[in-house]
Amino acid sequence: MTITRIPAEIEDQLERAAGVSRRTFLKSSGMLVVSLGAGALGGPLAAIAAAGPYPDPDFHQLDSWIVVHEDNTAAFFVGKTDLGQGTGTAFRQMMADELDIAYEMTSCIMGSTDRTVDQGGSGGSTAIERDAWPMRRIAAEARRVLLGMASPRLNAPIDQLTVKDAVISVQGDPSRRVTYGELIGGKRFNVTLTGANINATTGVAPVKRVQDLHIVGRSPQRYDIPAKVDGTLMWAVDVKLPGMVHARNVRPPAAGAKLVSIDESSVNRLPGFVKVVAKGNYAAIVCEREEQAIAAAKAIRVNWEKPSSAPFPASEDLYVFMRQATPTSAEPPAVTGDPDNAFAHAARVVTASYDFPFQGHTSIGPAHALADPSNGQMTVYSNDMKSYGMRNGIAEFLGMPRDAVRVVWMDGPQAFGRTAADDAGFEAAFLAKELGRPVRVQWTRQEETAWDVKGPAFAFDFRGALDGDGRLVALEYGARAADHNHLGYNEPDTVLIAQLLGRRRASPARGSAGLPSEMYAIPNRRSTSEVVSLPAIWESPLRTGQLRDPNGPQITFASESFIDELAAAAKADPVDFRLGLLQASTEDDTAFRRARSIAAIKAAAATYGWDARPSPHRQEAGAVARGRGIAYAFRKQTVVAEIAEVEVERATGRVRVKRLVCAHDCGLVINPEALRRTIECGMQYALSRALYEEVTFDSEKTTASDWISYPILRHRDAPEKIDVVFVNGDPNPNRPDLPHYGAGEAMTKPMVAAVANAIFDATGVRLRRVPFRADRVLAALKA
Amino acid sequence: MITLTVNGKRHTVDVDPATPLLYVLRNDLGLLGPRFGCGLGQCGACSVLIKGAAMRSCLIPCSAVKDEVTTLEGLARDGVLHPVQQAWIDEQVPQCGFCQNGQILTAKALLDKNPDPSDAEIRDGMSGAICRCMTYYRVQAAVRRAAALMAKRTRTGDVR
Repeated sequence: MTITRIPAEIEDQLERAAGVSRRTFLKSSGMLVVSLGAGALGGPLAAIAAAGPYPDPDFHQLDSWIVVHEDNTAAFFVGKTDLGQGTGTAFRQMMADELDIAYEMTSCIMGSTDRTVDQGGSGGSTAIERDAWPMRRIAAEARRVLLGMASPRLNAPIDQLTVKDAVISVQGDPSRRVTYGELIGGKRFNVTLTGANINATTGVAPVKRVQDLHIVGRSPQRYDIPAKVDGTLMWAVDVKLPGMVHARNVRPPAAGAKLVSIDESSVNRLPGFVKVVAKGNYAAIVCEREEQAIAAAKAIRVNWEKPSSAPFPASEDLYVFMRQATPTSAEPPAVTGDPDNAFAHAARVVTASYDFPFQGHTSIGPAHALADPSNGQMTVYSNDMKSYGMRNGIAEFLGMPRDAVRVVWMDGPQAFGRTAADDAGFEAAFLAKELGRPVRVQWTRQEETAWDVKGPAFAFDFRGALDGDGRLVALEYGARAADHNHLGYNEPDTVLIAQLLGRRRASPARGSAGLPSEMYAIPNRRSTSEVVSLPAIWESPLRTGQLRDPNGPQITFASESFIDELAAAAKADPVDFRLGLLQASTEDDTAFRRARSIAAIKAAAATYGWDARPSPHRQEAGAVARGRGIAYAFRKQTVVAEIAEVEVERATGRVRVKRLVCAHDCGLVINPEALRRTIECGMQYALSRALYEEVTFDSEKTTASDWISYPILRHRDAPEKIDVVFVNGDPNPNRPDLPHYGAGEAMTKPMVAAVANAIFDATGVRLRRVPFRADRVLAALKA
Repeated sequence: MITLTVNGKRHTVDVDPATPLLYVLRNDLGLLGPRFGCGLGQCGACSVLIKGAAMRSCLIPCSAVKDEVTTLEGLARDGVLHPVQQAWIDEQVPQCGFCQNGQILTAKALLDKNPDPSDAEIRDGMSGAICRCMTYYRVQAAVRRAAALMAKRTRTGDVR
């Protein structure tokens, strides 16, 4: 890979500032039907201008990351995408702080492969935890370079200079001053950075100490929100190009069905008909106008041949199938102590099994992309969270040089992993190449709900041993995930169109189940983690991939429900029982994580006003039963403890969550108000998974296909009160603060268990299968 | 030829009369507020205001529209955001924001009919507007804030 240049857009910006416009905005007057509303930097209009090729911006050039303008503003170019959690605002805060420039005088440009360095886009809650570090270091380096430039100009040594809001002045003599814009506005830094890879990229300047950060820790409003509220934001769904046509996919009626023939006469006289594209089992209809493509996709007659054997069991038979299946892969059992001996001498043994269904992303906006094959290149306008990976994947998929392909990232409906394997982008590029015209692909609601990427179903089996004092002395955990052939990130041999075209990778990804992420000190443990396969793993709507906090809600539902069952068996308060398990010592060095666990659980309990007593709650047998439940988990270095308060209608089984509490410790908080909202939303998101979400299917297709058959949380289900408390309380008083960890997913982990535990507290009935829809709860109450 | 009045302007478009209003607004008139979410009238992302009600533009044939259509772009007056929009910014409601067109227009229609809704009325009145990021809690706070802001503008004679 040759990396020699800074993004063309930045070159343009610099050259325009210098009065030399090398590049012309390619036919920009005629290129766009709708005004793109582009700013000086960052709007897609500038991206459309560049005809390619599109080599990688060089992350070792400071100029690829930061541009200072003559008006003393700065633009930050980062290789990330913001999925709606405000990471762009956080990056601006962190870089502005290191550069010593007012937040308001900065902007942030994200995620387009020819304009921003490849930081991988988004995923894994790594934005703040990992990717912000090179941004901070590079901004600090820019500040160092600017001070070096100012020193001769102000005729003062660097250590006598001070910076405030991008103005450098001599200490004690503020009349001797120079602005960043005066020093370098419109000019290149020409500074080469070092570091073995993009995450290690650095200059020589150190980052600031936490105590010296002033913009970090404040809550500027998210810069992306006004345009999302006044209707001026151009989303990836909004881009229109001259000559653009509209495509709709034609999906198989059953998993693994073979496309035998298409009766083109069923559509070729319809208005606006352009083409039917069919190859392997992939088919699409293309029309001039969108409503024409929709009508044609309904009218088209296709002869499909269903497979001779069922691709999967029906959803009601899933867990029996999973428990009987021979695993396709298994982790070696993780054993500590002597669990067999501990169980043999236990005062009491508790067993329980839990089931967690396939759940979908069911994005509010179905998959979409626009691909433009102009100039022998391929430009894809997409909301792909991993735009860089899509660029690589499409280049390989189409057999095009990487430099001929770019992905222009634009805002889109929430991704949460869905666009890590972005089918529509590959389909649009495929069709654009076939037609030689810009093609916009838009999935339907039914298609998205049925065929999007699923979080794997799980079956769990537990055994726990209590001693005579009610202490947990042994725990057996067994997890099975239906996750064989787990999708990768925008792989040209696993995205749906590749599967339907018959591409097969040599060996399917083995998938994973995983282990609980609590820090309980239990002297004897045996944990097994296995993956099972459904009969069909290709061309299936039950293909699994990344769903927000992959496997976390499933595993934590089971593990934190079982801890609650053990607490109840020991007649112990659920909070006290957990704290007891965290205060015990073990040989491994986990004291710090235990201390943070204790702090989070105590903070949640204090915020809620938790009264210590065993579950279930003794109460009058009225129409409504009330209870509260707690659960906690780590996600990497972030720890959360959550409490749910529920009301259960005894006559209907309806569960209403009245109140949620989250104690959250993700280390240094960049933007407290933005984080608070992300946590609130993430908790409600997990609540939706707890109460409603299940992909149902018969033995050949998913039967969940819209918002009726795949219900989710609605306004009337929202909690009346949500308390979010930031713990970030390092128990070590000698340490100023923790680093900034990730916060995009951790809050989803404990919620399902907290709700299950609250329902048990309210009713004495343990729900061991997700979701807790009213009919299931009612059946459990009557059992 | 279909004639539509949208955000105070008359437009004539040459489309199949059965074309859902959504596609005319987006593809012929270049509006960005209403978005495709389901095409089934289930989610609210495509909402527009017609005669004060939040309607699902994905289901309405454009030829059936006789009254003025107001989209998200049409809420602001003289460059000043509608109180609902201002409340949305003050409350920092959106995550991804894709559904917020429907949330905002549903809230406006609700408040126009019921300027001082109870919490229960807000929850029921908003329940047709689905949000997959689950911004519901903040949306409801923003509706309360917007109600207060609208009452204040009424008291002070600010008719925007």
